[in-house]
Amino acid sequence: MKKTREEKILTFLFILPSVILIAVFVYGFIAWTGWVSLTNWKDVIPDFTFVGFKNYIDLFNNLRFQISFKNILVFTALFLVASIAIGLLLAILLDRKVRFENVFRSIYLFPMAISFIVTGVVWRWMLNPGTTITGSLGINMLLDKIGLGFLKSGWYTDPNVGIKAVVIPAVWQMSGYVVAMYLAGIRGIPQELSEAAQVDGASNWQVYRYIILPLLQPITLGAVIILTHISLKIFDLVVAMTGAGAGFSCDVPALFMYDTTFRGNFFAQGAAIATILLIFVAILIIPYLWSGLRGGN
Amino acid sequence: MKRFKGLLLVLSALLVLSLGTVVFAQEKGKIEIFSWWTAGGEAEGLQALFDIYSKLYPDVEIINATVAGGAGANAKAVLKTRMLGGDPPDTFQVHAGKELIDTWVKTGFMEPLTELFQSEGWIDVMPSGILDIVSYEGDYWSVPVNIHRANVLWYNKQIFADNGLTAPQTFDEFFEIADKLQGQGIIPFVIGTKDGWEAGHIFETVLIAKLGAEGYNGLWTGATKWSDPKVTEALETFKKIMTYINPDHSAFTWDEAYEYIIDGKGAMSIMGDWVAGYFFSKEYTDFGWAPVPETAGVFDALSDSFGLPKGCQNRDNVINFLKVLGSKEGQEAFNLKKGSIPARTDINKDLFGDYQKSVMADWEKDVIVPSVMHGAAAAEGWVTEYKDVIALFVARPDVEVTQKALVQVAERAGIPQQ
Repeated sequence: MKKTREEKILTFLFILPSVILIAVFVYGFIAWTGWVSLTNWKDVIPDFTFVGFKNYIDLFNNLRFQISFKNILVFTALFLVASIAIGLLLAILLDRKVRFENVFRSIYLFPMAISFIVTGVVWRWMLNPGTTITGSLGINMLLDKIGLGFLKSGWYTDPNVGIKAVVIPAVWQMSGYVVAMYLAGIRGIPQELSEAAQVDGASNWQVYRYIILPLLQPITLGAVIILTHISLKIFDLVVAMTGAGAGFSCDVPALFMYDTTFRGNFFAQGAAIATILLIFVAILIIPYLWSGLRGGN
Repeated sequence: MKRFKGLLLVLSALLVLSLGTVVFAQEKGKIEIFSWWTAGGEAEGLQALFDIYSKLYPDVEIINATVAGGAGANAKAVLKTRMLGGDPPDTFQVHAGKELIDTWVKTGFMEPLTELFQSEGWIDVMPSGILDIVSYEGDYWSVPVNIHRANVLWYNKQIFADNGLTAPQTFDEFFEIADKLQGQGIIPFVIGTKDGWEAGHIFETVLIAKLGAEGYNGLWTGATKWSDPKVTEALETFKKIMTYINPDHSAFTWDEAYEYIIDGKGAMSIMGDWVAGYFFSKEYTDFGWAPVPETAGVFDALSDSFGLPKGCQNRDNVINFLKVLGSKEGQEAFNLKKGSIPARTDINKDLFGDYQKSVMADWEKDVIVPSVMHGAAAAEGWVTEYKDVIALFVARPDVEVTQKALVQVAERAGIPQQ
């Protein structure tokens, strides 16, 4: 069916406001941030002298940035693997026709409804290790009580654990979401496929290994994209739970960006961090969008 | 009779005039007051100011715009976006000194208050030490509401009495005491580092101890180099202090950590005298204080002040609020709660507790140096980077690397180190 000229103009007019708004407030500001990151702006009064990539070079020589950058990579890797593994496992178990499935589903999904700030505050208390004087607190106390005292840790107060302790609440919060995604995916696979395999004598394990898992690949890709972009931008959870932590062991680039921009007045440096984060997210998202667009055609 | 009539006329004229002024004083509208005073004593101090203001101007609605976070960690970020976005609060809390001058005055965001200082007579009742740090190019730019001392050693009196100890005068004595207390399962030195600035605060007082007032002042002007062996000594001392602290320090802000002292589980700490206000609000009175070891005779000062940003919505109401801030009554009411001392020297000292009386006495006779962690000594960019270097030092106590980093930070701030 061909659209008339009038219809085409009308369609265009309908999407025009959102196109303009997004062009200005998303892409316009991205371009502006990119430009600021190449200037010498380090006071409350802007200074738009062009300095090339000086801010980026300084940044990679900055000890705090090096630490926070390493932290975010560790955080993202652990968060992804744990969320997807737990999410997939729980989805498969739920798919085994358990009783009260909807109750479990709600329980798993519920943490997602809470803001990261609340999660952060609660887990700050739960993972507070306590001292020799107060005795063990929170999770450590629990471990003591059930005889697993050897698992006790300083959690986020220990510079050697640091950001890895923040992974725990992040996984707690987001793995339910992965469960929901996978469960929908599994339910979307035609029953005939696994039934046919079972008729051919495939075991349960083989059905999952050779039929279900390969067919879940697009879901996994989607989960990876969504979790990674949440993870790279993580800010609120860290602020509420740990702050920059002992020796910046919990620091992340977004937190450093906030600190250097709004406390130190190093606006250009802050813009450089924002741009680096954007590039990393883009590296992930753009191939996904591209494959999506091609698939759509 | 004629004279009597004349007198009557004058009296009635005066009466009408005074009525007139009462009517004129009935300002209306709103005033938005921006600060980071949300914890115990400081929030009460602010409320005391509001109470006075509301009594004078009952029709003005006060909007108490506070953003939580010690030393203004979060408030300053919010303030900055509002100022740069052209939506300044009517008046805001700012540390007197470089933070006020370098961030807001030199950049042209503030209105001068010199006329107000003259008409209210503040020039005569505030000491030059404080007037100097709120002035730039011959004008005054903010009204100081209090003076805080940063180099105070706080201790639990009960613990000290039980062990027959007295406040340490030198760091050698300090470490002796710390060893003794540690042997008894008491945390010798309490600290919370969650907000990131607390370690920088303690280190600044150790710098004063090791470099003296003049040497410390020189760090911010270039007269003392950061590569100085005395800075090394300060780092070594600070490193040793950090071996006596509560291991869960990164989970707490300073006030959360001070529960250890209140509960008698921790013995000593170094912090500014907002601690006194915090202790008052917790109804804990059994605390002792002394200057940080080796800093007796030096007053590491900071001051909270309020200014008048250009383009604020309710200029007249702000001027009235600033008048309350600078008034005797306002300064007394605020500082009684906050635990600091008034910037005015003509207040009634008898109103204040023992702690504040001792600070007032020191303020008049000590050598005054500006605090760096609280915005008086250096521009904000330098302070932020200094803070980061010291926060990292707590976890990675490498003296040589840290000193090099401090040298670089000073160079970036435009103070040559060669």
